[in-house]
Amino acid sequence: MIVEVKGVGKTYDNGVEALRDVNLAFPQGQLTTLLGPSGCGKTTLLKIIAGLIPRNGGEVLVKGKPVEGPGPERAFVFQDFALLPWASVLRNVAFGLELRGTPRPEREEVARKYIAEVGLKGFEHRYPAQLSGGMRQRVGLARALTVDADIILMDEPFSSVDEQTRRKFQEDLLDLLRHHQKTVIFVTHSIEEAAYLSDQIALLSPRPGRVSKIVRPNVDHSRSPDEIRRDRGYLDTVDEIWGMLRQYV
Amino acid sequence: MRRWQLASFALFFGLWELAGRWPVSPAFPPFSQTMVGLWQMVLDGSLAKAYWITAQPFALGIVLCALAGIAFGIGMGLSRLIEWLSLPVFVILQAAPMAAIIPLLTYMYGIGLTSKVLAVIMLAAPVIVMNSYKGIRNTPPSLLQMCRSFQGTRVQEVLKIVLPHAAALIFAGLRLGLAMGFIGIVIAELLITPTGVGDLISYHSSTADYPKMFAVIASIVAVAAISLQLLQRLEQRLFP
Repeated sequence: MIVEVKGVGKTYDNGVEALRDVNLAFPQGQLTTLLGPSGCGKTTLLKIIAGLIPRNGGEVLVKGKPVEGPGPERAFVFQDFALLPWASVLRNVAFGLELRGTPRPEREEVARKYIAEVGLKGFEHRYPAQLSGGMRQRVGLARALTVDADIILMDEPFSSVDEQTRRKFQEDLLDLLRHHQKTVIFVTHSIEEAAYLSDQIALLSPRPGRVSKIVRPNVDHSRSPDEIRRDRGYLDTVDEIWGMLRQYV
Repeated sequence: MRRWQLASFALFFGLWELAGRWPVSPAFPPFSQTMVGLWQMVLDGSLAKAYWITAQPFALGIVLCALAGIAFGIGMGLSRLIEWLSLPVFVILQAAPMAAIIPLLTYMYGIGLTSKVLAVIMLAAPVIVMNSYKGIRNTPPSLLQMCRSFQGTRVQEVLKIVLPHAAALIFAGLRLGLAMGFIGIVIAELLITPTGVGDLISYHSSTADYPKMFAVIASIVAVAAISLQLLQRLEQRLFP
């Protein structure tokens, strides 16, 4: 277990209790989805694991060490991309390394490699405003990959991306992450997305968020995307999750 | 577009000419006479001389505002303490009736250059400071979180994210400050002691040479409008 969340709670300053006694373990090299209705605190939980917002109780262990802030073994992919509008794709992708003080030629070389891997070769000198939503998020993903973190935290990365782009992006994402052996924690409100991508799905209940169930989809990820989408196991997982979530809506 | 702009100018000057010839008031000269007056002042050098005198307190005031005002606004944006201490001052300055306050400067600082520089600063500084302050404060929170998620330090956060993000608003503040500065210097030169273009206006008004008086006013409007337009173009080029 590369990440462990033990008894974590979170109450915001305005009195809203977002999370209560959340216990969850994330196996190394697997993709775990945090799935639940809007406002169930899934993004809050992700940001607590990232060390971006403080928790009120419990502890988060990453590789056995307690989390007290962001760390080099975790990289975050933002829902709104969080790209610097005044910086080129190349500088944006290299930005994590720039903050670490990696010399420019070196960080740009690494950045170019990941720009190519996410399929943006040729766009190095474009600016975010010149890219589509899907391409912007590929920049965000490439930036997270350049810092060579073992754990990639993704906050609804496809929510601002249109449906066709999203499917292609999901397939690419699976390839990329398996190839790099990353542990991924992925927040989404899409049941299909969760069932398609995940090794493990943690269902969160509405506010205050708690883990109501853990589902391990019976999906063979070595098969082609189209086969998976017609696969019995995949469809059963979607039904099973919907059966549990419908009580909350 | 160009053509319509020219047509609009032609229409405006034509109406001005008509109104002057009607006449609306004996003190309101037609456009043609105003231009003749302007040309005479250009030829005898009085216009250039007046602008040279006016330019000094104006430039001094704007440069001081740009340096100190931007620094101050950035400080207010970055530090809660500086914000708490000084935000009310600038909010009040923005709302204060400056034409009433500027004569008070004379009591404190006399009728020299200092008072006029201060008049420019009092009008230009609030908008420069407030724009810099807002530019800093409006940094998207997700960019700050992104910086922290990659273990960026506070210094990196300010230099690589907050300041570049605020640059466009700071520059816009400078442009607005310049516009306010024009108002400030003309008020100062009319209310404190007549010097420069203010002197030219009051002198020609006192000798009832209205075409020249109007020519000076029109030239101020033109100078202000053209310099603001140039700055706006520069702004669009720098921060597309």
